[in-house]
Amino acid sequence: MIELQHLVKRYGDKTAVDDLHFTVKPGVVTGFLGPNGAGKSTTMRMILGLDAPTSGSVTVNGKRYSQHAAPLQEVGALLEARSIHPGRSAYNHLLALALTHGIPRRRVDEVIELTGLAKVAKKRAGAFSLGMGQRLGIAAALLGDPQTIMLDEPVNGLDPEGVLWIRTLLTDLAEQGRTVFVSSHLMSEMALTATNLVIIGRGRLMADTTVAGFIDQAGGDSVKVVSADSARLRELLLGPDVTVTGEAGSETLAVSGLSARQIGQTAADAGIAVFELTPQAVSLEEAFMTLTGDTVEYRSNAGSASHAGAPEGSVAA
Amino acid sequence: MSTTLTATEAAAPAKRAEYKVTFARVVRSEWSKFLSLRSTWITLAVAALLLVGIGIMGAYRYDPTALRGPSADAHDAVTIALRSTELAQLALGVLGVLATAGEYTTGLIRSTLAAVPKRLPVLGAKVLVYFGVVLVVATAGAFLSFLGGEPFLHGKAIALTLSSSGVLRCLFGAGLYLALIAVLGAALGMLVRSVAGGISLLVVLLMLLPVFLDILPSSWKPDVSPYLPGLEGGAGGSIIALHQESGTLSPGAGLAVLCAWVVAALIGAAYRLLRSDS
Repeated sequence: MIELQHLVKRYGDKTAVDDLHFTVKPGVVTGFLGPNGAGKSTTMRMILGLDAPTSGSVTVNGKRYSQHAAPLQEVGALLEARSIHPGRSAYNHLLALALTHGIPRRRVDEVIELTGLAKVAKKRAGAFSLGMGQRLGIAAALLGDPQTIMLDEPVNGLDPEGVLWIRTLLTDLAEQGRTVFVSSHLMSEMALTATNLVIIGRGRLMADTTVAGFIDQAGGDSVKVVSADSARLRELLLGPDVTVTGEAGSETLAVSGLSARQIGQTAADAGIAVFELTPQAVSLEEAFMTLTGDTVEYRSNAGSASHAGAPEGSVAA
Repeated sequence: MSTTLTATEAAAPAKRAEYKVTFARVVRSEWSKFLSLRSTWITLAVAALLLVGIGIMGAYRYDPTALRGPSADAHDAVTIALRSTELAQLALGVLGVLATAGEYTTGLIRSTLAAVPKRLPVLGAKVLVYFGVVLVVATAGAFLSFLGGEPFLHGKAIALTLSSSGVLRCLFGAGLYLALIAVLGAALGMLVRSVAGGISLLVVLLMLLPVFLDILPSSWKPDVSPYLPGLEGGAGGSIIALHQESGTLSPGAGLAVLCAWVVAALIGAAYRLLRSDS
């Protein structure tokens, strides 16, 4: 459980984190989403007490992080930037951390095994690839068998196999009843792993919701139906939790609340010819960009963030 | 049967290992960090080699008839044995800087402080480990330097033995001086959080301040010079010299002054460590 209370961080006149107020609950994966520079890493550093908040407070499992007798047992964190000495081996890095808490060497071997680092554990960590470095960071996060796991952009630099491994790991940890807080700037990644969603832009809270809620808000999944008698089909499909939209006189309908299979069956039973039946997945990425679009700090000049394919003229206008 | 079940259920949460951060454990962690870096070993070896090698070489090449050069201003065997302190202090000071500033330049400090968020134990443990290691190595080096040079000076006017008055005090003093310099380096490194900055500050304090003094009005020098931390006419020089030159402090007073410098640097380091974001 992580609780943020009106957390603010200013650097000079720049406000990196602006009145963040939310709770990360145990038992589910909570995605922490925002464009680059939105303040995700700063927030996570404040949770760990590495940066002091300008105002407000943040507690982990009821106490400030630094007040815990065994902090690594409360929160295991992977920060975005590398936090290792390149000249030390992975094993010795983990051992040095373990020794501060009296964590046995057996546990060091366990997390090395768990993260698939056994073959390179005695090598200098400076020679690690980005993916290996991430695995070492995750090994350090799991070292104290913590109740809360906080990972900053964990899939960065991982190969597809590694990405899959992270997803499974996060889901497993949450199923064990732990609090899992994962940041990302990719909505698509979060949609696959997270249950809850906290979205920030320019340090401000944009949404504190669930992935399902966010999909609904974005319009939900719908099915496009092109049929010979759309007026009659509409009457047949309508019901509780089902919405059907479409222009009068048009052959095309957009149906949400029913699967393509159910719609096809209804049409067949009524003898209505169906020309097209296409499930339309809502673009979460686009909905996310619409939400945070105004807050993107570093927008490229070549094309707007929300419409990568738009003609260049529209950006200038 | 039901009682056994309840018992196992109650035992389950307690089965979770109880860990706790203690100062002794932080010291063990810092000790393991010290052992597991090749660069610390190399720096330590270089310092020891300088300390012993230059001392013995100085004794071997000693020429009482020389009018200039190192032999001419060597008044006693201790001066020859400990002349290498001047160079060894740089290697050992750098060792201290690397211990703290190195954590910031590599980013390791984030892992370290996430494990020990109260922060001060980290500084305390580093100081303890580096002070201890350098004290042992540098004292051994000073003795080896003196004993290794003894045969070459045998029978000459400046020859001394371990039992000569003040010799032991000088040799132990050199070990203590170098250990304090390593701590000073660690404190400066944590204060400026940069290896280059820490080393520069160390060089300024130990070697350049006496040179700057020459620019100032000459009447100031006798009042300021003895209170500088370094060897050249400063507090450090008083600690390791067999005979005090006029205008310098006594060995005890020199040690007190050097300790004051180290404590001041440590207070600055602790303040920055506690107050600044990492």
